[in-house]
Amino acid sequence: MSTLSRTKPMVGALRFGISYFFLVAVSLVFLTPLLWMISSSLQSLEGVFRVPFHWIPENLQWQNYRDAMTLIPFARYVLNTTVISIAIIAGGVFSSTLVAYGFSRFRFRGRDKLFGLCIATMMLPGQVTMIPLYVLFARLGWIDTYLPLIVPALFGSPFYIFLLRQFFLSIPYEYDEAALLDGASRFRIYWQIILPLARPAIATVVVFSFMGAWNDFFNPLIYINSFEKATLTLGLNSLKAQIIGAGQTQWHVLMAASVLVLIPNVLVFFLAQRQFIKGINVGGLRG
Amino acid sequence: MASVELKNVTKVYDNQVVAVKEASLEIKDREFAVLVGPSGCGKSTLLRMIAGLEEISEGEILIDGKTVNDVPPKNRDIAMVFQNYALYPHMTVFDNMAFGLKLRHLPKTEIKQRVMEAAEILHIKDYLDRKPKALSGGQRQRVAVGRAIVRKPKVFLFDEPLSNLDAKLRVQMRIEINRLYNRLNTTMIYVTHDQVEAMTMGTKIVVLKDGVIQQVDSPLNLYNNPVNQFVAGFMGSPAMNFICGEIQQNGDVQFISELLKFEIPEPVLNKLKDYNRKSILLGVRPENVLLANSVSGDIYSVPQKIAVDVVEPIGNEIFLYFRDSKQNYCMRMPPEHIYACGDTIEVVLNLSKIYFFDSETGYRLA
Repeated sequence: MSTLSRTKPMVGALRFGISYFFLVAVSLVFLTPLLWMISSSLQSLEGVFRVPFHWIPENLQWQNYRDAMTLIPFARYVLNTTVISIAIIAGGVFSSTLVAYGFSRFRFRGRDKLFGLCIATMMLPGQVTMIPLYVLFARLGWIDTYLPLIVPALFGSPFYIFLLRQFFLSIPYEYDEAALLDGASRFRIYWQIILPLARPAIATVVVFSFMGAWNDFFNPLIYINSFEKATLTLGLNSLKAQIIGAGQTQWHVLMAASVLVLIPNVLVFFLAQRQFIKGINVGGLRG
Repeated sequence: MASVELKNVTKVYDNQVVAVKEASLEIKDREFAVLVGPSGCGKSTLLRMIAGLEEISEGEILIDGKTVNDVPPKNRDIAMVFQNYALYPHMTVFDNMAFGLKLRHLPKTEIKQRVMEAAEILHIKDYLDRKPKALSGGQRQRVAVGRAIVRKPKVFLFDEPLSNLDAKLRVQMRIEINRLYNRLNTTMIYVTHDQVEAMTMGTKIVVLKDGVIQQVDSPLNLYNNPVNQFVAGFMGSPAMNFICGEIQQNGDVQFISELLKFEIPEPVLNKLKDYNRKSILLGVRPENVLLANSVSGDIYSVPQKIAVDVVEPIGNEIFLYFRDSKQNYCMRMPPEHIYACGDTIEVVLNLSKIYFFDSETGYRLA
């Protein structure tokens, strides 16, 4: 008895220790570039390339951050990117949830085929549609405006539609029926019953589409030409091209700018995380 | 307050399953109708068609004399309590109950007054600020009923509302819904698979099987005068005993089975005259099988010795089970006597309360 009761917790602790060791090791691998970026953002340019690399800089170069915000119109770009991101998120969430609601709640001829077609569009690589889309937007006179970035999102994204539809299917249909008898219209059921209950799924979509929009480099690059209309990613790119003195990229400043650009991503992720956990447990039916 | 009428209502699902077949039924104003039957008999489908949640394949449904086939649920002025309550999980109890009233643009003061009134009746006043998640099953049930009564609809529909509650709570809620019916005095249609619920609550019971209405009657009539073997077997617990036997005419007409043999009483003879030497089903309820020494008179059959197979003491009564080569039979006894497995007792049947059914169609003969 005594050996059993003593060895068991020891084996448990050992297992616990080993699994944590591997988890920490792997997360360090993934964290290294991030830590390098943060460390470099506080070094001098020479410090960035010093071998061996000093993870903790001797002199914290806080002016890198000031330079990052002055070498490019940083505030302007934050505003531009925020406006675009909010428009993409709001429009995308609204349209994707509405389409997903239709697919999950209405029975109509060809519904499943249509849904399959919607999903199939995910298989088209972006490069295939890039030129036709550019031509289309050019004919519409939308080049160097935000419309090519925002308008496509208003038609929903197949991946979000799929994700939301699956979640909506897990919401019991009795809620809809109870609301129908209470006198609610289909749109009201969507707005007042389904959407509040789908908050975890919507949080996921918000995070994904925020990251997509905030970090998008490719689309702004091809559609935005004016300096003052640029987004943060274009700003980072122009910072990379800035040549001062030695004809070398100011890596320390670039890293400082990158840290600043990254912050909203982290914030949004942690804010949404609370929703994920909160939303998992919904009551109201029996049980 | 309204009457509900069904005229040859049929429901065929997309996969060609016929859920309800030509159901015709009239539920009068202020009647408490209970649709009862085993699972899959179409009772819920019928209710959902009345609610407007299910399309009607054929036939007509009238509420208050008006055809409602194409009227959307919200315009039928009905309220429904769901089996799993279907309370909106993100709303408080108050908001759950007020939701329908807000959608009907009632003034705020009236909404509040109605919700408070319902909460008072259902004893849920203390929970109005809680979300459904924080309520017990019984409390959720009350909220679901509350959500229906605040609307003051013409017709209440209940879809197996008590089946998720434990036995004790079920009895309690049964009484409360009965009380509610007496208080509101509105037409109610109630679906259940539990024949005790049906018997105790309904003023009119509709028995369904395989999508077909078997019988519509008051509880006691249904119990005493079932039209067929199904209804006879479904109503009553423990269920009626069905004993397969034969009619034989050797001078007097006798019913003969493996365990039993008795002379068929005069009043029913006429109805069985075509069944000489044919197999027939005898139906007798457990309470009409009696100990031979406890009764005497013409209405009882000749005493028969039978071995007790299983004894089930309930407390206020005892169920004794016998068996022949095919099945079990039950008798209901007062709890005074104590029996053991294997005891032999003498029993008689109360011949004034026996039924005969055609052994193939199940129709009642006498």
